[in-house]
Amino acid sequence: MLEKVLKGSPKYYMWLAFLGGIIGIGAITYLFQLQYGLGLTGMNRDVTWGFYIAQFTYLVGIAASAVMLVLPAYFHGYKQFKKIIIFGEFMAIGAVIMCMLFIVVDMGMPQRMLNVMLHPTLNSVMFYDMMVLIGYLCLNAIIGWKTLECERFQIAPPQWVKYLIYTSVIWAFSIHTVTAFLSQGLPGRHYWLTAVLAARFLASAFCAGPALLLLLLMVVKKIAKFEIGKEAIKTLTIIITYAMCLNVFLFLCEVFTAFYSNIPGHMHPLHYLFAGTEQGLPWVTYWMWIGAVLAIASLVLLIPTSLRENMKILPWALGMLVLATWIDKGLGLIIGGFAPSPFETWATYAPTVPELLISLGIFGVGAFVVSILWKIAIDVKKEAGTL
Amino acid sequence: MKRSRRQFLKVASLSVAGLGAQLAAGGVTKAAAAVKPSYKEDALALKAKRWAMVIDTREFASKEDFDACINACNFAHNVPEIPGKTEIKWIWKDAYEHTFTETTNKYQSKEIEDREYFMLCNHCENPPCVRVCPTQATYKLENGIVAMDYHRCIGCRFCMAGCPFGARSFNFTDPRPYIKEINPKFPTRMIGVVEKCNFCVERLDEGKLPACVEAAPGKIHFGDLSDPESEVRKLLEENYTLRRKPALGTEPGVFYII
Repeated sequence: MLEKVLKGSPKYYMWLAFLGGIIGIGAITYLFQLQYGLGLTGMNRDVTWGFYIAQFTYLVGIAASAVMLVLPAYFHGYKQFKKIIIFGEFMAIGAVIMCMLFIVVDMGMPQRMLNVMLHPTLNSVMFYDMMVLIGYLCLNAIIGWKTLECERFQIAPPQWVKYLIYTSVIWAFSIHTVTAFLSQGLPGRHYWLTAVLAARFLASAFCAGPALLLLLLMVVKKIAKFEIGKEAIKTLTIIITYAMCLNVFLFLCEVFTAFYSNIPGHMHPLHYLFAGTEQGLPWVTYWMWIGAVLAIASLVLLIPTSLRENMKILPWALGMLVLATWIDKGLGLIIGGFAPSPFETWATYAPTVPELLISLGIFGVGAFVVSILWKIAIDVKKEAGTL
Repeated sequence: MKRSRRQFLKVASLSVAGLGAQLAAGGVTKAAAAVKPSYKEDALALKAKRWAMVIDTREFASKEDFDACINACNFAHNVPEIPGKTEIKWIWKDAYEHTFTETTNKYQSKEIEDREYFMLCNHCENPPCVRVCPTQATYKLENGIVAMDYHRCIGCRFCMAGCPFGARSFNFTDPRPYIKEINPKFPTRMIGVVEKCNFCVERLDEGKLPACVEAAPGKIHFGDLSDPESEVRKLLEENYTLRRKPALGTEPGVFYII
């Protein structure tokens, strides 16, 4: 099936070359970071995680979201999703690869990365995170490849693939739970120290991931000329809508707990993110309000059935949802965790240009991987007549 | 032939699984128990079951009082003086409200509020930094000191997110150009690793008290918290002391006489 990568239209090659250029820029900038250190980023003594870890957190959710297609299809026998499952699985592969790269560029000593495996530390959540991410990557690669191969030869997938698929469903929940546990078990970080964080992560992942998938599929179906299936889109948007409602609800639970209890430590991060400080409004306040408005707007467009099923409005609603969740769970979550600092001062952070260029490079890698994998899937499915 | 290959695979997979389990089990026990030194200790070495520090904050008034300790520490450990938000700090001073964030009163003794206070690693009994470190580059010694291996640290900064006291610093850039005077008796750090106060473990091994304690005689006290006869225990009995953020349950080993 790999040969499909090599046979494409000039547009396809131009797209890959464009991505290659972006990756190149990111890679060169990263060389500077390796040489100069993480001082090249906006991170500092009080805000020790920034844009990189924010993207990592968000993308783990994107990776986990493939389960929203797999679960209905394999646990409930919902056939409409079977056609597009492979796209979800292949997107998950791209997302996990980006997650890993974001962790690597965030490390001060990437050349010592294997220390995590050489000195396995079962009391560190990061050890588990590395394990579950590698596991999830393998699961999706094996399942995706094998099922596609079987589709090509028009035979039923072997039984063992089914067991792997069941495992991958539970695994998907676990990768995002473990990612939340990275933050939510830390004493003294009020914004993260909440049992509901893992649930929030899952809810936000299960709306943002399928929304991104659907958006990408809408673009690709125009280029590659195929139909996603009306029924599939309908069901997936209902899942997205419910998950987004749950996501917003859980966030509002946080707001209630913080402000009704009136405990300063719990109120401070939310106050900082949405109302700034005595000294004025940091940029992140505007950022968070954009996220809040987009979240509400996306729900307004998604909850009424008549609007949700309007194919002209849907891409906009999905786009707003993806942006809103990206703002909330990306930088919003990270900055909120570090403000206030352990000294009850307002620690500030803003990503720098090199930091953004390196991140862009990693997004380029993700897009490259997903492009190639989707190209294979589309070509194979077209040959087999299953698209 | 076929059978032998299968047998080989069986043996190979079993041994890999066994090795993995052994590594994993080793990880648990190593992390759970404090690390026992495998080297021979110096005959002069100062020993304790639980090292602790008592800072008499009433004794620190002028800038010189603080600077004496800070400079002694910075020289002893080659701590660079990097300006700005990416600074490296092992021991430093700050206002009451930044030090004791949970014990602030709107109206309180002006003298106490105006005073400044030292901050450093608390060498907690239940250190979150040790709990979160994925490589055991941060670990607890038998004597209660939370130590670091700069050559194992991968620079993930999980410990910095985990430490509720802001005691840790990261080398965002090469620290060496910022070291005023290099002390050849202690290693300098390289780019990309975390560092913090080590309670002068290297000096204790030579029978010397920590550099800051030595620089402030009678003002900072150091001793064995588990020994009821020790100086620190007597001071704690006789004086009202505070610790930073006791509600978090980390059990800090640095006490402040107010």
